[in-house]
Amino acid sequence: MKRSYKMPLVTVALAVGLSSGAYAGKSDDTLNIAFDRELESIDNYYNTAREGIVISRMVWDGLLYRDPKTNEYLPNLATSFKWVDSTTLQFDLRQGVKFHNGEPFDADDVVFTLNYLADPANGAKPQNNVNWWKNAEKLGDYKVQLNLKTEFPAALEFLSGPIVMYPNEYYSKAGPEGMALKPVGTGPYQVTSVEPGKRYRMKKYDGYHAGSPKGKASIGNIVIRTIAESNTQLAELFSGGIDWIWKVKPDQAERIKAQGQFTVKNSSTMRIGYLNFDASGRHSKNPMNDVRVRRAIAHAIDREGIVKALVKGESIVVDSLCFPSQFGCTSDVPKYDYNPEKAKKLLAEAGYPNGFETPFLAYRNRDYAEAMISNLNAVGITTKFEYLKYAAFRDKVQDGASPFNFGTWGSYSINDVSAITSHFQKGTKDDYARDPEVIKQLEIGDTSVDAQVRKDAYKAALTRIADQAYMFPLWSYNTNYAFTKDVDFTPTPDEIPRFFTATWK
Amino acid sequence: MLYYSLKRFALALLVALTVSLISFSLLYISSDPAIAMAGETATDADIEAIRQLYGFDRPILVQYFDWLQRALAGDLGQSYYFRTNVSALIAERLPTTMTLGVTAILFAITLAVPLGVAAAIRPNSLIDRIALFLSVMGQALPSFWFALMLIVLLSVNLRLLPTSGSDTWLHLVMPTVVLGYYAAPAIMRLTRTGMLEVLSTDYIRTARAKGLRPPVVLFKHALRNAIIPVVSLAAVQFGFMLGGSIVVETIFALHGAGFLAWESITRNDLPTVQGLILVFSLFYIVLTFFADLINAWLDPRIRIN
Repeated sequence: MKRSYKMPLVTVALAVGLSSGAYAGKSDDTLNIAFDRELESIDNYYNTAREGIVISRMVWDGLLYRDPKTNEYLPNLATSFKWVDSTTLQFDLRQGVKFHNGEPFDADDVVFTLNYLADPANGAKPQNNVNWWKNAEKLGDYKVQLNLKTEFPAALEFLSGPIVMYPNEYYSKAGPEGMALKPVGTGPYQVTSVEPGKRYRMKKYDGYHAGSPKGKASIGNIVIRTIAESNTQLAELFSGGIDWIWKVKPDQAERIKAQGQFTVKNSSTMRIGYLNFDASGRHSKNPMNDVRVRRAIAHAIDREGIVKALVKGESIVVDSLCFPSQFGCTSDVPKYDYNPEKAKKLLAEAGYPNGFETPFLAYRNRDYAEAMISNLNAVGITTKFEYLKYAAFRDKVQDGASPFNFGTWGSYSINDVSAITSHFQKGTKDDYARDPEVIKQLEIGDTSVDAQVRKDAYKAALTRIADQAYMFPLWSYNTNYAFTKDVDFTPTPDEIPRFFTATWK
Repeated sequence: MLYYSLKRFALALLVALTVSLISFSLLYISSDPAIAMAGETATDADIEAIRQLYGFDRPILVQYFDWLQRALAGDLGQSYYFRTNVSALIAERLPTTMTLGVTAILFAITLAVPLGVAAAIRPNSLIDRIALFLSVMGQALPSFWFALMLIVLLSVNLRLLPTSGSDTWLHLVMPTVVLGYYAAPAIMRLTRTGMLEVLSTDYIRTARAKGLRPPVVLFKHALRNAIIPVVSLAAVQFGFMLGGSIVVETIFALHGAGFLAWESITRNDLPTVQGLILVFSLFYIVLTFFADLINAWLDPRIRIN
């Protein structure tokens, strides 16, 4: 029943002549936003969508807040924190903060929220956001202690992002169902109406606490609508029904930009692409077991060319298995330039002077995958290409059934190497290298609270991964934002639009 | 008549059952629903927890019969994605789809039947050519293209109608035209063929010879007979509109049952997909049944037989 309707509407719209000017927005102090997917729940802990994270930052606050420019952890609902020892964190809480329903914020809310999340029976999603602490204790009306299960250096990153504070009295009565219909937080915007999956209306929270590093919101009202079809989003933008859209396809973004009626911004995101090889022979005895073959493939792929022609925007080629802004990431690792001749030579050394055939899996960006296939063909490697839905792809890869695949990883927007390198190379289901040295170094990095020890350990791991070409990092991804010229909006690399910093011009 | 209807009804139920079993198996085989539900950012622990919570580790037949048993008792289960009751979810989305379906079929009939009759009265005339042109266009134009063209013209350029949503009746104009126009050609051609056939029969010649006024001949004697297959077709088309408005609902951002079906398939939300398939199948069964009743009312011979 479903047809493909990827018709470039922009072309059509421009061809028939576009009338100008936006209706909605500035005049009624309302920023109209379109998201392309329905949220299963607006409750921060019961959805895993990026759109959920965006809404979360607007409606709720964490104890800390990571400044997206400096990546510094700033106090928010907590005024200060200290590590008592490597598994104990203490927080002094801000006084005078009130939730949107008038409930005062204090230690009871923090203890309730953290203990509620720590109970696996409550099923907060994703579990890895909330399963690293034992419990929280009240030390005073405005002082709490968080007891970790084990050393967890990324604790501050989580506490400054996905872990937000709920009102204990309201949530213990309303529960996730109530919160999904009438969300209550301390954030810069308060939700005024929810039509599940369809529309969310918010207004600026006048009582927002002055000490927040997020700052008070400037735009009075925000309406978020779900419009699944990208062409319809564009039509709404052109006809003035919507003021702000994102994830605009590169070719469409270029045309909108050229047309000059809207602001188009591009920002690199934390997501990177990679090739994963069966280095340890988990799948079978195959050419990928040989480091010379893996290096040959690394030399065969024209990453610069693909970024320039297809990925476009602010995307960059990455040489290390992490996003440059992440803590512990270093690009000071062995690099592989595009050199088909060298690739052929390495293949010949490995005993494949005429190349070989290999299965090749991918789940997104078919065009990028096909460009890489063409690069591989040029050095004699042919592929049996399989393009799968994400669930099937993940199944197959984690079952050890893929000698060679192209995947991507967004690190849950966690600005720490543990969210990517450790995820793939620490003996996990995705790990096809199973290198004891890499696992050891990642373990040191993941459990030490000493920043330098962590950096050194991650550097050792990343260097070995690059040298042995266990996984070959490709490029970072990017997102295009298109919005009315009336609004001043700056995207951030963590791909979490912060509408509370947006202003009308 | 009763025996015939019961037989048809039983057969349709069997079809519904088979469709649900096949769709259940296909959805399950295509990928692991636990992974799809958990999302891209989920960890193995999340996925395993979901697998056990929802019983995905059990054999597929056991899962199917478990679902069937509950469905027969009126419980369509919980949506994996929205964590709400599937019946409530479908009930919430159905009014949009029903409204769109009714307006679209009315639009299709209003456009197609008069044009079909006019084309039959004057075969090969200008009006017949226009009708033919409109029906060829209706069948050839992909609905997504037609929808985007209307949006560009009526919303983006002329700003006469809202682009998407379902807040006012104005929001329904374009979706109605797109969905209805897609169904119109078949109705139009069938009306024309039926009318041409009936108009050349002996009893029409007799009616004319008796000196009856042309409108009486046309509408009381001819159309009543010619319309019988059209009723059956319109019923099927209506069923198609209720279950098949996925493209139109997606493009116009109408949060109806068709859009829910599409979204649920991509999310492997099995209970919702199964519930929707059941509801859509029941639509067909009920509509076909009503089409039989209307035909029996229009043509006494069916009643007598």
